[in-house]
Amino acid sequence: MATTEHGTAQFRPASDNSLLVYFDQHISLAAHQHVAKLLRLLELQPISGIANLHPAYCSVLVKFDALKLRHDELENRLRLYLDRLDEGSLPEPRHREIPVCYGGEYGPDLAEVSDTHSLSAQQAIDLHVSATYIVYFLGFVPGFAYLGGLPEALATPRLPMPRRRVPPGSVGIAGHQSGVYPFATPGGWRLIGRTPLAMFRPDRAAMSFLSIGDRVHFTPISPERFAALENT
Amino acid sequence: MRAIEVKAPGLFTTVQDLGREGFGPLGVSPSGSADPIALRLGNRLVGNPEDAAALEMTLLGGAFLFPEGAILALSGSDFGATLDHVAVDPWTSFEARPGQTLLLGPTRSGARSYLCVQGGIAAKPFLGSASTHTLSGLGGFEGRPLRKGDVLSIAGASQPHRSRTVVLHLLSRLSPRNILRCTPGPQSEWFPESSQRLFYNSTYLVSEESNRMGLRLEGPSIPLSSGGHMITEGVSLGAIQVPGGGSPIILFVEQQTTGGYPKIANVISADLPGVGQLRPRDEIHFERVAFAVARSLLQEQEELLSSQELIQE
Repeated sequence: MATTEHGTAQFRPASDNSLLVYFDQHISLAAHQHVAKLLRLLELQPISGIANLHPAYCSVLVKFDALKLRHDELENRLRLYLDRLDEGSLPEPRHREIPVCYGGEYGPDLAEVSDTHSLSAQQAIDLHVSATYIVYFLGFVPGFAYLGGLPEALATPRLPMPRRRVPPGSVGIAGHQSGVYPFATPGGWRLIGRTPLAMFRPDRAAMSFLSIGDRVHFTPISPERFAALENT
Repeated sequence: MRAIEVKAPGLFTTVQDLGREGFGPLGVSPSGSADPIALRLGNRLVGNPEDAAALEMTLLGGAFLFPEGAILALSGSDFGATLDHVAVDPWTSFEARPGQTLLLGPTRSGARSYLCVQGGIAAKPFLGSASTHTLSGLGGFEGRPLRKGDVLSIAGASQPHRSRTVVLHLLSRLSPRNILRCTPGPQSEWFPESSQRLFYNSTYLVSEESNRMGLRLEGPSIPLSSGGHMITEGVSLGAIQVPGGGSPIILFVEQQTTGGYPKIANVISADLPGVGQLRPRDEIHFERVAFAVARSLLQEQEELLSSQELIQE
């Protein structure tokens, strides 16, 4: 089934029960806002037969009940939503602070990242702390936020061999992205620090500490402060 | 509440129901039983709603003591079960009297067997489902596979046993296949025709490194043409992604919600329950079908699954 277009959006079937809606072919704030607006509109006015939504940088995967909807029927319904994307405005972004203990056992790749860019460890930390990040989407595992806004001078490729287990709370860098691992999972991002904050807690009303669209700052803390916060 | 005492956990036994759909925006994948056909039928055998929580065993079953008794059914693959040393058949309900132990062995057919209990397994729901999501340690029984000494609770009050069995000649129409039918993936066109031919004409082996997150395949590696520039995007259940090394991976029930590798194809919904029965070293093939065919196969399967004739009292 071929790709079809609607304005700036493209539709492409991903499986017999899912459809990808692309807003762009590269990461941009404009595409991100379209993703966030479509997500919001579909949450406010759900389409019967849609089972799940997987937002990403510039696309949304829409999973549906294949016994109730066909790709073309869903496309037609979604076109009406796409025409109305600019009607509603997104809520004012929240500001979230994430305390991070950088380097050492908390960030085993900090030295390599700073060496790669001919920076001192402190300069690398200062750069990471200086930026305002934006949560493009949550994906991969529960509560994992893909953060855009990493300073160019810190952009570093993934590890050639992913770690089998990354400690929960680890703060990583991959390309132009930064992110925090909520759980002990395998992972290939370069780890520069660790936060004592729980990024995902099922006993909290808002389970994920971060939501799509949030603005994020990292604050450096000492190992002592890390230990104190970890026990709260 | 009546209990189930875990005398031996088996290789990898978790509490599963039909999963939690709808939480992709939080990064939470549905999880749920690897073979939902087996779970749904097993639950019907003991008079449960199809989505009740049961135990999913993998390759090697466990031993379970029922101090107050229970109405049970085993579905999916045959793990050679005995109840106090007397063989019990899969796909048929039976009663464990107080103090009896159900013992399961290594599989005699596919990867997974389901132990369904009348009333269902009691578990604190996470996002509306009792399904264990092992990677994040959420849901199910303490978010993890069972261990020796665990004590589970059976939900609901005890009902008298009504013997039920699945009609085997109808069940055979729902059997897992080793030819997995696929629709094109969102990046199919990034793979040159020669790569597509290789993919659809080769035999692949399920790797030992396969689990509920994904099945790694061994076989001819699939060359990618220059293609486009891949940006992390949402991934669907059954997506067949091809990382740089060229060895395909089928994303499965405990999948990541987004991913950055191109997808050459996607296993059709009707064949996904059978993927849950694939064992390491099993040989599989892929066959391309049209979206309309995938849809009608799913409709046929669903009609058979929901028919009254499938289960005999």
